[in-house]
Amino acid sequence: MQYVALVYYQEQLINAMSEAEWHALNQECLAGVERLTDAGHFVTGQALQPVDSATSVRLRDGELLVSDGPFAETKEQLAGFYLLEAHDLNEALRLAGRIPPARFGTIEVRPVRELPPRDATGDAS
Amino acid sequence: MQVHDSIESLYRQHAPRVLATLIRLLGDFDPAEEALHEAFAAAVSRWPAEGAPDDPVAWLIRVGHRRGIDQIRRRQTARQHAHLLVSEDTGDPADAGIADDPLRLLFTCCHPLLAITDRVALTLREMAGLTTEQVASALLQRPASLAQRIVRAKRRLREAGIPYEVPDARELPERLPGVLGVIYLIFNEGYSRSEGETVVDVRLADEAIRLAEALTELLPWGEAYGLLALMLLHDARRAARQDARGELVPLEEQDRRLWDRAQIEAGMACLERALAQSPTGPYTLQASIAAVHAQAPSAAATDWRRIVMLYEALYRRQPTPVIALNRAVAVAMRDSPEAGLALLEGLAGHKPIVNFHLYHAALADLHRRAGHLEAARQAYERALALVVQAPERRFLARRLAELEAPG
Repeated sequence: MQYVALVYYQEQLINAMSEAEWHALNQECLAGVERLTDAGHFVTGQALQPVDSATSVRLRDGELLVSDGPFAETKEQLAGFYLLEAHDLNEALRLAGRIPPARFGTIEVRPVRELPPRDATGDAS
Repeated sequence: MQVHDSIESLYRQHAPRVLATLIRLLGDFDPAEEALHEAFAAAVSRWPAEGAPDDPVAWLIRVGHRRGIDQIRRRQTARQHAHLLVSEDTGDPADAGIADDPLRLLFTCCHPLLAITDRVALTLREMAGLTTEQVASALLQRPASLAQRIVRAKRRLREAGIPYEVPDARELPERLPGVLGVIYLIFNEGYSRSEGETVVDVRLADEAIRLAEALTELLPWGEAYGLLALMLLHDARRAARQDARGELVPLEEQDRRLWDRAQIEAGMACLERALAQSPTGPYTLQASIAAVHAQAPSAAATDWRRIVMLYEALYRRQPTPVIALNRAVAVAMRDSPEAGLALLEGLAGHKPIVNFHLYHAALADLHRRAGHLEAARQAYERALALVVQAPERRFLARRLAELEAPG
């Protein structure tokens, strides 16, 4: 089974870190990814730029609407994601619990959803 | 074969045994599960080229143990786990103590400290080797809730410092019924749910039978055989319990040619082993009752005298209203509906039993047989007001309709 682990934390906690603390956290995440990779759990993943770098896009009435944000109304911001291969949900939770920001943020674990097979006829594109 | 398929089938076959030993060697569920995964990953990458080892379980334990110790060291919690690392140098980890490890795991999963629902969940995931999602689906729960339940139950065991052990000879007679109770609950959970929800690829009744089989191999006690016999004999009637439309068929109307004879034979063999030990426990007595039914050519030709006797013996050990209810029904079959009704009326003072739909269903059935149509109708209506399960509800409604429109 594949699970996505979404990493959320308050960016202000990160902003308050010293250079050395931030470096240590990054190194710790890299080591974690190495371990997950060695054990065959890591499919892919990525850390994200802070939320103020985000741009949102919507298509309404055929028109592309572009805006800044999402604005940080929420307490914690999305900071990265992991796509994990795990035997079951409890194994995925155990792996997610070792992602370093679990200590000060929240890791949301969601099973991936398989899309239904493509219809044989008709072209929806 | 795809790598993914092969690891899954290997997992199902060997994981609980390997896990059971790794928990002992590494001291807790989490490091053991991690080491288990690594051992299987190593097997998948190495066995295709090197060939599977002669003793795959021992191989997986050895590799898992080594990897587990590496992990613990790397996590620098070696101090906390230092006492565990000692076992590294005591030679082959896959040695003497290993035979008892699945029992240690089973007794830990069924520890009385845990809520009964947690015991069921842990036993199915850790001991039967099902995934969280499979257990959740089988128990009709959300995977997220079940996952939490499992995490909390393990924490509870860890925090309480429950030793990973088989209770000693003094405690065992007291602890064994708890384990048997969990297995029987798993069985009934699957057995009574005769309807709809197609449970992916898990049949709880099969899982319970497998668990009991494993238990009898490890702990060949009379009651372990008794429970296994009981489940085999009940499950042997599976094909006859429902008609083509999925409606419930009561025992007396079942087509006995549909009963699984081979499974009845297996159940009888277990019962024989159970009866060879004394004292005869409640599961063995219930299995003995199931055996009388299994051997009877029809409901009418059943040895009801023996069944009444067995219920009486059972009632002496467990004087519960439910057993009294069953005894009354058997007396009705042996003597007359009126004799059964007299006994049932004697139970009317018990609050729990008066709120139990089967009490009213039994009253209704005996009144019907005795020709008391109005009393039967009233009892069916009370039973219908209390019943929860859809197939049982439809069965009772059908009986009530037959009563009101005879022929």
